[in-house]
Amino acid sequence: MDNYLLSIALTIMLLPLAGSVVAGLLGKQIGRAATHCVTILLVGISFLLSCYVFKKIVLEGYPTVQGVVYQWVSSGTFKFDVGLLVDRLSATLIFIVTFVSLMVHIYTIGYMADDPGYQRFFSYVSLFTFAMLTLVLANNFLLLFFGWEGVGLVSYLLIGFWFNRESAVFGSLKAFLVNRVGDVAFVLAIAAIVMIFGQLDYHYVFTHVNLVLDKTIKIFPTVTPPAISVVCVLLFIGAMAKSAQVPLHVWLPESMEGPTPISALIHAATMVTAGIYMVARMSPLFEYSTATLSFILVIGSITCFFMGILAVFHHDIKRVIAYSTLSQLGYMTVALGASAYDAAIFHLVTHAFFKALLFLAAGSVIIALHHEQDMRKMGGLARVMPITYLTFVIGALALAAIPPFAGFYSKDAIIEAVHLSTIPGAKFAYACVLAGAFITPLYIFRALFLTFHGDMRLDAETKKHVHESRWVVLIPLIALAVPSIFAGGMLVGPMLFMKPRLLGDSIFVLPAHDVLSQLAVHFHGAKNMALEAGQSLPLWLAFMGIVVAWIFNLYKPSLAEKLKKQFALLYSIMVQKYGFDDFNQLVFVHGTRRLGTFFYKISDLILIDGIFVNGSGRLIQWFARVSRHLQSGYIYHYALVMIGGLLIFLGWLLLGS
Amino acid sequence: MVSLSEFLIVAALLFGIGIAGILINRKNIIVVLMSIELILLAVNTNFIAFSYFLNNLAGQVFVFFILTIAAAEAAIGLAIMVVLFRKRGTLEVQELDLLKG
Repeated sequence: MDNYLLSIALTIMLLPLAGSVVAGLLGKQIGRAATHCVTILLVGISFLLSCYVFKKIVLEGYPTVQGVVYQWVSSGTFKFDVGLLVDRLSATLIFIVTFVSLMVHIYTIGYMADDPGYQRFFSYVSLFTFAMLTLVLANNFLLLFFGWEGVGLVSYLLIGFWFNRESAVFGSLKAFLVNRVGDVAFVLAIAAIVMIFGQLDYHYVFTHVNLVLDKTIKIFPTVTPPAISVVCVLLFIGAMAKSAQVPLHVWLPESMEGPTPISALIHAATMVTAGIYMVARMSPLFEYSTATLSFILVIGSITCFFMGILAVFHHDIKRVIAYSTLSQLGYMTVALGASAYDAAIFHLVTHAFFKALLFLAAGSVIIALHHEQDMRKMGGLARVMPITYLTFVIGALALAAIPPFAGFYSKDAIIEAVHLSTIPGAKFAYACVLAGAFITPLYIFRALFLTFHGDMRLDAETKKHVHESRWVVLIPLIALAVPSIFAGGMLVGPMLFMKPRLLGDSIFVLPAHDVLSQLAVHFHGAKNMALEAGQSLPLWLAFMGIVVAWIFNLYKPSLAEKLKKQFALLYSIMVQKYGFDDFNQLVFVHGTRRLGTFFYKISDLILIDGIFVNGSGRLIQWFARVSRHLQSGYIYHYALVMIGGLLIFLGWLLLGS
Repeated sequence: MVSLSEFLIVAALLFGIGIAGILINRKNIIVVLMSIELILLAVNTNFIAFSYFLNNLAGQVFVFFILTIAAAEAAIGLAIMVVLFRKRGTLEVQELDLLKG
């Protein structure tokens, strides 16, 4: 470690781990206040150091730093190191991760105040921060995988945080199992990389891509796709599970069983975007596989549109936001598919702010109503919770891509980038993201109207107690609302259109795919972009969405009922979430169990128990039963056998030879 | 002059009677013991016959050893039988089937 930035990066990574260990092992001894003080202090230091690294690397243009901290495995010619890479991409990401993590830590003091698992929760959240930072700062695939699994594990622990609730245990198990599907693909991808490149170091792999372009992998005797495409598709399947893309999205809505702070941190701002980060990080590989980019584009656009629609049909406020997260992850994936990696990361950043804000605001409502999440039992809360209301509106406007809020810049850039993209599937994707631009404001403003406007539908008991949340809850809301307003306008120029871009050489784009440079011609500053928004379709679609939400939820709620009856079939499909859950339940859960029972009966009961274990016992018993008749116990029988044997041998001796 | 083959025939007959005694006897175990003695005597007869006709004294020396062993064996065998009788109250071969599986 010759570079001090590397030491700082290592410190950033290890401080939350230290906090987690203290909170987890000593939490009961040092008490609640000390636990949150320690963890918040350590994550806070981590955040400040991240700011410093961000300033050095991104703003001052300090060159990329990487180095080995510790040699993990050395076997023959393979060397796997614990190595860190601090470049523009990872510096940006650790800044976001530590910031949102710090906000969530502070918020948790208020949200979990009367929970018996207070210390355990802080320990988990800090551990998550450590795993996420490892994922982001890794300089090779294996350490990336370590962080990848680490965040998966903590996600499992946190979804099942209230482990005496059956639905929470079910949700955590579902998240864990669905993520394993992606992990299998990811491990295969790593194995393929070792096979093709012989090394797992990013730098080595990315600089040697040119040498392996004509290599193929034999999957079946007649199917030999290019090796690079195989690697990319497998990597993306890994990303699909983590970033909840169709059809591996089913775990994310279920993960809302966890406490709200982690919904904000893990299932909105950071962990689910790990897949996006990973694909952006691997851009030097993905760029050479147009087939994979096309695949990414289609999957992303399906997720973006169809999952957005589902958000309109849910009544649980957290699930609405969860489906919204799916849809927004779809936007990021579409951007990746269109080779607009910078736009994907840009949307990741703005989304982290406004989605964490929305979740935390929803959480603020949920605690005010004593853990009531059904929007049908809310309404009219704007008067009693003005600050929560205001921050939720900011989050909703940012999500709905209304200028000049943050979401507008990132989403508009993605839509335009897809419009210009020439990768197969781009036309379909463009239609989907445009439709998404209408759906997004529809569902989030529906949630806003149902929760904060209209009549109060609370029961009388709660009505008396409902009040604005504590300051520890409100401070993170305000701290997240500020970047939700300004981050977009501030970052759009440097991140997407200036030369060199904010992410610089962390992202590699082939000239033929470089849609952002084509867009840059039309870019004349963030202010003009916001002013010119009126000339483009997405903004009007967004306004339409808001108006439709207003009509159906405030102006004429009876209209919704009428439509529901008219399109009963369509409505039931939506309520069934397109049947993904039922299908999985039927085919994978029950199918696997039936298959297991089948094999249990055939191979366990009949083959192993019946034939091998009991069968060999019975065989020996039978043999003993038969052969015991030889032992008569009479001396003359034994003598007869002896003499008989003697005669036989004698005869053999005399006659045989 | 008695020829060698006549001696051998007598010995073989004695041997056969001994074997038959062991196999056919269903009554007393002492008969088994006596049959064994008979077999040994048949062997001795062979030894002496061959020793005489082949002019080799080693055979006769061997007979003395066998007689000694036979005496010892009979002593031990009878002793076992006394104990056996005390224990089980019978010496019938058909009753002695403790080794039955």
